[in-house]
Amino acid sequence: MRSGALDLRFVARRAGYALLTLAFILAVNFFLFRIMPGDPIALLARSQRLSPEALEEQRRAFGLDQPLLVQFVVYLRETLTGQLGVSLVSGVDVVDLIASRLWPTVLLVGVGTLLAAVIGVLIGIRGGWRRGSAFDSSSLYSSLVLYSTPEGWLGMLLLLLFAGWLGWFPAGGFSSAGLALPVLALSLGYVGQYAIVMRSSMIEVKAQPYITLARAKGLSDPDVRRRHAVPNAVLPTFTLVVLSVGFILGGAIVIETVFSWPGIGLLTYEAINTLDYPVLQGVFLVSSAAVILAAFIADIAYGVIDPQVRQS
Amino acid sequence: MTTIAWQRRRRSWATTWALFRRNRRGMVGLVILIVFAVLALLAPLLVTPAEIDPALAPGRPLESPGEAPPLGTDLFGRAVIDMLIVGSRVSLTVGVLATLGAVLIGATMGLFAGYYTGRPLGTILTALTDWFLVIPWLVLAIVLAAILGPNLLNVIVVIAVTSWALTARLVRAQTLVVREQPFVERARALGAGDAAIITRQVLPSVAPVIVAQGVLTVAVAILSETTLALLGLGDPNSLSWGRMIQEAFNAGAMSNGYWWWILPPGICVILVTMAFTLVGYALEEILDPRLRKSEAQ
Repeated sequence: MRSGALDLRFVARRAGYALLTLAFILAVNFFLFRIMPGDPIALLARSQRLSPEALEEQRRAFGLDQPLLVQFVVYLRETLTGQLGVSLVSGVDVVDLIASRLWPTVLLVGVGTLLAAVIGVLIGIRGGWRRGSAFDSSSLYSSLVLYSTPEGWLGMLLLLLFAGWLGWFPAGGFSSAGLALPVLALSLGYVGQYAIVMRSSMIEVKAQPYITLARAKGLSDPDVRRRHAVPNAVLPTFTLVVLSVGFILGGAIVIETVFSWPGIGLLTYEAINTLDYPVLQGVFLVSSAAVILAAFIADIAYGVIDPQVRQS
Repeated sequence: MTTIAWQRRRRSWATTWALFRRNRRGMVGLVILIVFAVLALLAPLLVTPAEIDPALAPGRPLESPGEAPPLGTDLFGRAVIDMLIVGSRVSLTVGVLATLGAVLIGATMGLFAGYYTGRPLGTILTALTDWFLVIPWLVLAIVLAAILGPNLLNVIVVIAVTSWALTARLVRAQTLVVREQPFVERARALGAGDAAIITRQVLPSVAPVIVAQGVLTVAVAILSETTLALLGLGDPNSLSWGRMIQEAFNAGAMSNGYWWWILPPGICVILVTMAFTLVGYALEEILDPRLRKSEAQ
């Protein structure tokens, strides 16, 4: 039924699904902070000392004396018009706060993911193609160790080594030299995972009849690998990379905390310590939306580059 | 009838064990796990509460590894070795209990999502599972932990709630296969209801998937606990490995070069996480016939 590279019905269906997911996040974001023990003001009282009158005043200011449904409608209207409230600590608008911290995180996650994906895929190709070789088993064990390493601890180890002992890098903060260690910590954490997936994908592809056919045609081993195995094996890994953006964002929170990297992650850490709920809510909304967008783009891209579509 | 079924099941577990014993990586993992489990069980006998109390600890602060405590001491004069032993108990407890919760949620969601696929309930449960798979788990965990407040039970609940989705997806996929099997159809023809079919026919068939995935989930849960603790969302009164790492971080152990305080808890987390992963992979290979065949090639 597909005509051309892009099927509009397919795009529309995926877009609808993404919007539905986003709507669910909006609902969760609202109810989590109201149904859970105490409303935002009770939570506010936990983070700051306020008199009962001041609390009542805040409750009215937040519209919490209204019925839940009215509150939800107000919340939806405000969120959809880009109002996410103000920080309880600094009084700064949450949207501005997140926007000002966006770039360092995009830089860290972007460079880190790219590096991890490229290296992981290369390791996986080599290991999976020569299964059981010395390279394969040593890279498999290293991948497992890296997968099992807590990212934050890995970051602390790098700091201990390069900033504490060798004095090569600053111990934290935002600079181009300071980017090296956080990126290294983040990509080391994910390179193992990508290598493992690429490896098993290669093993699976290698057993396929079309690989045998390619060999029978007289193609050399590197040619079979490069032209027939890798293009097919890389697709599942590509999907995994995109779907792991949510996990990488989590990793970024820890890495930014350890390296005092001034992105969304450090903002989240500060908000945890001060129980700054509007900021936490904003981060949850924005990061979830980013992940859903990434998944949507991956879906569409997958539809475009799917070899079955291309071949037909 | 039931005794025959039980005999068959016991025989299949015996076969699994025989295959597992021949899996070198799985056995390495199992041995590591037994060592840490014994340590965790003996912890109350090996370390007294006073020895890991910051105010009462007998040692001198920040002693590098040497004669007295073999792994040195932390800022409060507590022996690192003592903290590791107590930490194994806390980290393993959180990992295992959170996994039990996650597997319970994941298996239930997966069974129902799979069994009712094509009906509204199945669609809703599948969508919910996909949603939990995609959203950034740590951000959700942070939000939940911050709202619930820091204590051990809440940490367990938060980890369980954020790590069940993968189990649900795998169980759902397996349920979809089992649902079409002749023996399920036969049970339905004999008048079995949905509840009976799910618990008596489908559940035993998907149990291997649940077990293997459960073991892998413990690894994730222990890593999650470490991460939450490092961010200050753990229980301040429970000395897990993650809590140790957080205390070292707060004391600036990196720039001060207190390597003996940073290294051991992280290495323990790696060992245990890796061990659970190795055992989980081994079980997966044994219990999934498709993988077993490819392994033999």
